This record gives sequence, C-alpha cells and structure tokens, in this order.
Amino acid sequence: MLQIDHVKKAFHNHQALKGVSFEVPKGIIFGLLGPNGAGKTTLIRIITGIFMPDEGQVLMDGQTYTGLRYSGLGYLPEERGLYKKMKVGPQLVYLTELKGVPHDVAKSRVVAWMKKFDILSWWNKKIEELSKGMQQKVQFIATVAPEPQLLILDEPFTGLDPVNTNLIKDEIRRLRDEGVSIIFSTHRMEQVEEICENIVLINAGEKILDGEVTEIKDRFKKQLYMVKYKGELPETFKSQFEMVEDTPGTLTVRLPDGQTGALLRALADSPVEVSSFKEVLPTLNEIFIQLVTNDHHA
Amino acid sequence: MHKLWLIIKREYLTRVKSKTFLLTTFLTPVGILAFILILGWIMSYKSDKTVNILVKDEAGILEATPVTNKKFVLKFEDANLETLKGKVKDEAYQGLLYLPKLDSIGVSNYKAWYYADKTLDLESTYSLSSTIRSKIKEFKMRKMGLRAEQLRLLKTHVSIDPEPLSEGVEDKSSMAGVVASAVGGVMGYFMFIIIIMYGTMIMRSVSEEKINRIVEIIISSVKPFYLMLGKIIGVGGVGFTQLAIWLVTVPLVMFGANRFLGVDTHPTVGVKGKIPAEVTSSLMEKATQVMTELGHMNWWIILPVFIFFFIAGYLMYAALFAALGSAIGEDMNDAQSLTFPVMLPIIISTYIMFSVIKEPHSPLAFWSSLFPLTSPIIMPVRAVYDTPWWQLLLSMAILAITVVGLVWLSGRIYRIGILMYGKKASYKDLIKWIRTK
Repeated sequence: MLQIDHVKKAFHNHQALKGVSFEVPKGIIFGLLGPNGAGKTTLIRIITGIFMPDEGQVLMDGQTYTGLRYSGLGYLPEERGLYKKMKVGPQLVYLTELKGVPHDVAKSRVVAWMKKFDILSWWNKKIEELSKGMQQKVQFIATVAPEPQLLILDEPFTGLDPVNTNLIKDEIRRLRDEGVSIIFSTHRMEQVEEICENIVLINAGEKILDGEVTEIKDRFKKQLYMVKYKGELPETFKSQFEMVEDTPGTLTVRLPDGQTGALLRALADSPVEVSSFKEVLPTLNEIFIQLVTNDHHA
Repeated sequence: MHKLWLIIKREYLTRVKSKTFLLTTFLTPVGILAFILILGWIMSYKSDKTVNILVKDEAGILEATPVTNKKFVLKFEDANLETLKGKVKDEAYQGLLYLPKLDSIGVSNYKAWYYADKTLDLESTYSLSSTIRSKIKEFKMRKMGLRAEQLRLLKTHVSIDPEPLSEGVEDKSSMAGVVASAVGGVMGYFMFIIIIMYGTMIMRSVSEEKINRIVEIIISSVKPFYLMLGKIIGVGGVGFTQLAIWLVTVPLVMFGANRFLGVDTHPTVGVKGKIPAEVTSSLMEKATQVMTELGHMNWWIILPVFIFFFIAGYLMYAALFAALGSAIGEDMNDAQSLTFPVMLPIIISTYIMFSVIKEPHSPLAFWSSLFPLTSPIIMPVRAVYDTPWWQLLLSMAILAITVVGLVWLSGRIYRIGILMYGKKASYKDLIKWIRTK
C-alpha cells in the first residue's frame, strides 16, 4: 500500500535520511523502530507530507503521494498537542473537518467515538481541564475520527494506564482488521512484539533491518533450546552438548544443526523429569540492541 | 479553500467568544465613560458650604457693586485691621479679606490680603481673585470713563483665511489646516495601535500553537501557508469586529456622558461671568468651519485610501509577526530581540507622522509615504492633504507588491519555523529557512 522509495533528506549539514526504502502492506500493524536520532521523526514527517524528500518518493498504491497526503492519513505525533482553551467536542469536530469530512458526518463520528470511550460527558470541557491520560484519549479520537486509510502512531501509549492502554490496543487491532495500515513508532520493544506483524529498523538514517516479526526472529535465532526439569542430570549427559546455561532445574543448550532429536533422546534416557522444552527465540529488544551497537562499531 | 475558511472561522470565533474579547470590547467604552464621569466629578467637586468673609475694602471695589457669587457671604466693615482680626475670631467668620487702596488706575499688579488660620481652598481662592479682578476692571473703566460697549469695540479677532490663487482649486477656511491634521493624526495613530495590538496577538498565537505542538496535527491536514493566512484573516476579522463595536458604542457613551455632564458641570465655575457674546459667536463660527471643512474633505479619496492602507498594512505586519512567532521557542523572552527590527519602522512611522502633519509635502513625507514599511501609517495622513494621484497610486502599488512578497516570505519562514524546536532562532536562521526547499 505505502511504498517508501529511496527517500533522502538533509538538513543544512546533517544527512537525516540516507536513502531509505521499505513497503508497508495494507491492513497490517507496522513497527517503525530505531534509536533516538535515527531519523524516525523525519521519516514520519515525510510520510505525513510535512516535509518533502530531497530525493526519492513516497508512493501510495503506486501513485505519487502528494494528492493523498491530506485526507487519507491520520497522524498522532509523539508530542501531543490540542488547543488547550477549546472544548473537547468542538475541537474534535474541527480537527475532523480539517481532514475534509463534512460537518455533520464529522460530528456524528466524534459522538460515536466519544461514546465508545465513554467520555461523551466531556464534550463541553476544555482540554486544559483534563488530565494527561484523558487528553491522550481525546488525541487518539482526533487521529482516528477522520477514518484514515493510513494511521501513523508515534508512541501512542505513553501516559496511559493499563486499562486504557488495552482499550487503545484493541481499537488499533480492530482498525487493522478493517483494512487500515498502521505505522507504529516506539521504543518499547515488548509492545512491538505484541502488536506488530512487520517492522523496519532504521539507524543513523539507514534501514538496517525489515521484514515480518516471526521471520526476523527466526533469522536471528541462535539454535538455543531451554529445558526445565526436576531431578539430577549426570555429568556424562552434559558433556554431550554445548551448554550455554546450566543452573539447577534449567538448562540452555545450543544445537548448531538444529537437531533436537539427539537432545530429546538423551533426556528420555536420563533419570530426570522434564517439565518443559522449548526453542529460545531472541527478543526484538536483543536484536535491536545487537544491530544498533554493531552498526555503531562498524 | 474550504479548509482555509474553517481555519478563519475557528480563529475568529474562538477569539470573539472568549471572555477577554468580551471584556475588552465592552469594558473599553464603559471605562471611557467611567473616566469621563470621574473626571467630571472631580472637576465639579465643590463643597456647598458658603464661606463667611469679613472684608475691609479700602479700595472700595467690592462694595461699589454687589457681588453675585453665592459661595461667599461678604460682610463689609471699616475698622482697624487688628480689631477686625479679633472680630474674625470672635464671630463665626472664616477669614478677613483686606483690599488695600488702589493707588492709580495704572496698577497692573494688585495684592489683596486674606487673614485666616485655615487658608482658602484653591477653587475659592481662584473664584475670589477673579471676582476682584473683574471688579477692578469695572472700577478702572469707571475711572477712565469707558463704557463696556467701547471696550468691546477695542477687541478684534484676527484670522487668516487661505484663498486659492488659481481657479478651480477649492476655497478653504482658516480651520482647514487644523481639521486636516486632526483627521490625519487620528488615522495614523489608529493604524499604529491596530498594527501593534493585533500583530503581537498573532505572534503570540503562532508561538503558542508551536509550543503545544498542535501545528503538527493541523499541518498534516492543511498546508502551513493556509494555517498562517487563516490566522491572519481570522484575527483581522476580530479586529474589525472590535472596531465596529467601538465605533458605535464609544460615540454613544461619549454622547450620553456629555449630556449627563452637560447638566451636571455647568455651575462649576465660581464666577458666573457670562461668556461674552463675541466669544460665543467665534466658537460657533469655528464649529461650523470645522464641520464644513470635514464636509469639504475628499472623503471618497480619503476613506478608500485609508481602508486600502489599513488592510494592506495589517496584512504585511501580521505576516511578519506570524513569521516571528514561528521562530520563537519556548521562551517568550526571545521574542524581544527578534521583534525589534519589525517594531522599529512602525515606531519611526509615528514620529514621521507628526512631521508630515506639519509639512505634508516635504521630501521626508514623500519618501516615507512611498516606502512600504512606513507608507501604511504615513500615506493615509498625506491623503488628507491633496496628495497627487500618481503618488497615491505609486505608493499603493509598491505596498501591494511588498505585501505579496512579504506574506510569501513569511510563509516560507513560518513553514520551517513552526517545526523547529530547541535553540533560539536568529535572523540568519530565518534567511536560511527562506532558502530551504
């Protein structure tokens, strides 16, 4: 759906993006990851049309993007902003109308969303009267009420309590199921792992990794297997395998060729009672740190 | 265009509905009224107590004709000064007025004495001395054998009436210059106030949007230029609304206050000396002259010129202030060093304005009415004084081109500035932003 094609952007003497390319398929949650200063915000601003790229282009369904940039896109910036002195309801209607939605439609959509979030009673409250978390919910509605086809969420969960985090997570998944493409930018890797299907990792203005989350984990796995057991393992058993971790009750073993059969057979012959056996996959966090630090040393 | 309209509407409505707007708009006339009333009350304040004064009138000026002032009750007595002083204390007199003998009618300084432990208040002193003054005048007239009639004949009021040299040029009365400078001055000053007031309002509003980051959301929907333009037009509309309300309410309040005070302030002046007939007639004459001069003015040139320069000047400075607002960071103190170069031509214009009122066709007036940063304030002033058509049109053309150019430049600064956080921007940065693709 969205195609980023060799996008370059420089500011004065600093090359923020050095030719980044990737694709965001339709109807998925796509993680945009990178350390601070990697060029994420610049990239998001190019996708939103706030900046124009120096080189390269952004394509939406194969079309150049400029025409679409205003109506089909919802953007929740990392630094939230609403008119503090304006009332919640009129403000949401205004922001929705600015996306080209007619007044009556905008109003009924805002009412529906506020009902869904159980905040319709806030209609006449000024933004400055709301707490940070409450403002966050309003901001989310402002982003989704225009019914964008592409949603860019920059750290959408900061400041939210677990209940509201789940509420928003569910809405994000529901929107995905309806065919909306969602670009999700965050530093919180466990959240990425939980809700993203695809990711791209950029560092110092360059893409260093992209693909499906499961495929990436597979690619970075180190053939590690973890066994939990009860009882005593004989030394002879341990000498057969490459031990990574060996504490009473837990054992992590590297199997270079992925031959789990030998390990399972040996366990079956040993006197211990096995309670669990599983492959150890790297977390995105580990992959992230590994790649970024390697990149810096390179 | 629809989005621009939405922005204008929001900028306009949120301001017009705000408490600050309602307060300043409706309290200003009330404030003016209160000011006038308080002033009137202070001016008309007097104690209604009558003052009992014992008078030793050696000159025989007060005794000769009765004193009509109700404020004073004068008791004449001819005795030794010391005895009279004692009498003031014994009987309930506030003081003793001693009028020494007038040596000759050639006296130009006359000193009377007032003995009391409590000095007279300023107004009573003034009132008393003016009563004595007029009595001395009558006394002198009697001595010289002059009649009031003759005295009036001696007085001549002189005015120089400008007459056109060649035919076809309009004849003007002597009030022309005064009226023109008043009209010009009011218009120029008005421009100054509006530009400063609404310019800084726009600047503050832009920097607020930048600081609370709402711009990022808005400009992912609308081009930054439209946001800037919408704000400028919306705030301009607020200005027009406020002016329209003031144009109606302030004269109304003034009229009401005048009527009110007209009744209340009349008996203030202690001496009920009638305004001499010749003064009244010359006042009347002046008032009609002012009215005819106002009527003679080329309003069908002055008004359109004023409105043009008002709108163009507002647009130009509003755009500049918007650009500055976008360059200001979190710290409003940064604003001062940035705004100074923009404020400077506005402030200089008002000084030039005073010189232009005196000499509307001097080289300074000519050049400053063409220079686009000063012309919005100077040209409307000059338009009052039969400025040649070609100068008006040239100035308007230069200003129009400058407005387009500066709004465009401001838009370029604005679009970058609103997304720049952190360090304070300098004019060097602004030029860099203009050049940024």
